[in-house]
Amino acid sequence: MDLLRFATAGSVDDGKSTLIGRLLYDSKSIFEDQLLAMEESSRRRGDAVVNLALLTDGLKAEREQGITIDVAYRYFATPRRKFIIADTPGHIQYTRNMVTGASTADLAIILVDARKGVIEQTKRHAFVSNLLRIRHLVLAVNKMDLVDYSETVFNDIVSSFYDFASRLDDVADITPIPLSALNGDNVVEKSDKMPWYQGSSLLYHLETVYTGGTANHVDARFPVQWIIRPLSQEYHDFRGYAGRVAGGVFKPGDAVSVLPSGFSTKIKKIHLPGGKEIGEAFPPQSVVMTLEDEIDISRGDMIVKANNPPKSSQDVEAMVCWFSQKPMEQRGKYLLRQTSRETKAIVQELRYQVDIETLHKKEGVPVLGMNDIGRISLRTANPLFHDSYRRNRLTGSFILVDPGTHETVAAGMIV
Amino acid sequence: MPNYQLDHLDHLEAEAVHILRETAAQFQNPALLFSGGKDSIVMAHLAAKAFWPAKIPFLLLHVDTGHNFQETLDYRDAFAEKLGARLVIGLVQDSIDKGRVKEEKGPYASRNKLQTVTLLDSIEEHKFDACLGGGRRDEEKARAKERFFSHRDEFGQWDPKNQRPELWNLFNGRYHPGEHFRVFPLSNFTEMDVWMYIQREKIELPSLYFSHEREVFERNGSLLAVSEFIPMLENEKPERKIVRFRTIGDITCTGAVASTASNLEEVIAEVAAARQTERGTRSDDKRSETAMEDRKREGYF
Ligand SMILES: Nc1nc2c(ncn2[C@@H]2O[C@H](COP(=O)(O)OP(=O)(O)O)[C@@H](O)[C@H]2O)c(=O)[nH]1
Repeated sequence: MDLLRFATAGSVDDGKSTLIGRLLYDSKSIFEDQLLAMEESSRRRGDAVVNLALLTDGLKAEREQGITIDVAYRYFATPRRKFIIADTPGHIQYTRNMVTGASTADLAIILVDARKGVIEQTKRHAFVSNLLRIRHLVLAVNKMDLVDYSETVFNDIVSSFYDFASRLDDVADITPIPLSALNGDNVVEKSDKMPWYQGSSLLYHLETVYTGGTANHVDARFPVQWIIRPLSQEYHDFRGYAGRVAGGVFKPGDAVSVLPSGFSTKIKKIHLPGGKEIGEAFPPQSVVMTLEDEIDISRGDMIVKANNPPKSSQDVEAMVCWFSQKPMEQRGKYLLRQTSRETKAIVQELRYQVDIETLHKKEGVPVLGMNDIGRISLRTANPLFHDSYRRNRLTGSFILVDPGTHETVAAGMIV
Repeated sequence: MPNYQLDHLDHLEAEAVHILRETAAQFQNPALLFSGGKDSIVMAHLAAKAFWPAKIPFLLLHVDTGHNFQETLDYRDAFAEKLGARLVIGLVQDSIDKGRVKEEKGPYASRNKLQTVTLLDSIEEHKFDACLGGGRRDEEKARAKERFFSHRDEFGQWDPKNQRPELWNLFNGRYHPGEHFRVFPLSNFTEMDVWMYIQREKIELPSLYFSHEREVFERNGSLLAVSEFIPMLENEKPERKIVRFRTIGDITCTGAVASTASNLEEVIAEVAAARQTERGTRSDDKRSETAMEDRKREGYF
């Protein structure tokens, strides 16, 4: 069984809670036929009134109280896949939460109310998904029951979304699905109310969509996280480099070099956690490598294929989303974390801000405030070994930390 | 082109191992909170794998209410020995003797809440700057908002409204003196995933998880074990039943379920069919709608 992580975004009252509730609820019945039987019988007795909204209550309560709305992670499984949903609030004042949820998702469901069609919020949700490099989008056109399940309404919404989506970068697929989350049309089962719709139900799509391409399997990158030195009788000379493969494929015997020292050697062995030897390691595996030569390596170094190094530089250009209530300062100094590295960084210049209502660039803005997105140039105290975020989400991303409060103040994607 | 896809359990394992190694790297003196329950057993198992062939670079910390099942304590000691890990025990009884906490009285008395003080005292005494916990986000709604790296202020308190965002594989464990972190490597595991992982890894569990005959009595719809630690009310009658436990904690608040599941396969089948979440058998969560959130804010596990 494999794993799909997806994010959901929608405006208030588009039916996001209802949709997630339905997926959670209905997938349980798929998971266990015994459960189905139980529910059937209790329903016949009339005591199991299933309130779908209840399943996602947490976020609702927060909204009512007007307190900080967070990303909520939810879980369900079918016999085919396990799913992790990052349930993110859609409102503009929670852009940072959407960015957080999107950072680990491979697919985004963008929810639209069939009566309202594509609105500015929809575009912003698509923009944020795209900025975070979610390459698989589902355009879920909900509340089809309120527009008489009309094919024309659906087609108009889809075509206006495509018009806008042509401006997005590197999207692998967009799958529009007409739904009624409330009635369950096209959520788990295909609906007979929309015979004109040729595609599959939402759940079937989530179960079968191929997203294997999200991780980079080309450029071998291994940020060293921790050095394992048992100093025991049995493993007297063992010196293992533990970490999570961030790109490409590593095999024993591969010629590698170590950054920043530049020393070259070969991979001796690769072990899974617990010691099992493997013939190749790829993202997102956590492994331990041993090398042919004894080289001085510490946390924050990166092992790469000798013939394909990442960029190494103290100057980077990046898109950032600002998280903190305290605005980003020009020339502000922060701690930067990227892969297993930490270094000091200074904001050289704020090049422009993206107006997240209109998606236009605004130049000459003095600061980035909370939830703002913009492009900056940074200078770091030590070189960063990186790829563009577009090429590799793990070696192209970073966070900025306020050195005084230790708060995480921004998320960055290297251009 | 080979298909570089990972099975979901491999994926969860890789993530948990990453978090465990990150904890070792970012903190000076981390401890692993070991309760003898299945989640902390899985976490310790993952820690042993993460640092292979070296030993776990953490102490195991058990906060012992003094009201534990003997099976749990025996298992705990054997497990720590097998891992070669040092075990430190924080005794709630000590906190009571020192007057740090006051024992609840009456038939509903539980030391569950008192554990928080003992835990925070142990953290201070040993100067732990991170405590690894086996909490999962699917357990309870307050836990659903928990981070992998969860910040605690100098009073050990959790502020759910002011948490650090976590993006990609990047974790921010920086703290000021006196503050600490709780770290949850199993955040993305569900109860089912934990069971499937136990099965795959052939992890041995305390016998309490499997069906056995035990003297129990019913209270508020839960089956509680007959023991010296819980005074029975007049109308409560002990009876022998075939039961097992879905979670293991303090005797006074851990309910048993009637079950004949005597091996892992049967337990998994039962979990898959269960309507009630495992915490449904915990009377500590039943005290109020926000019982868990309130306890967590104060510094509970
Ligand atoms: N008619 C109809 N109503 C829906 C549908 N989906 C959701 N709703 C209703 O729309 C309202 C808002 O839904 P909710 O799920 O709370 O929206 P959220 O704010 O996006 O989470 C509720 O009254 C739902 O019952 C649908 O497919 N059809």
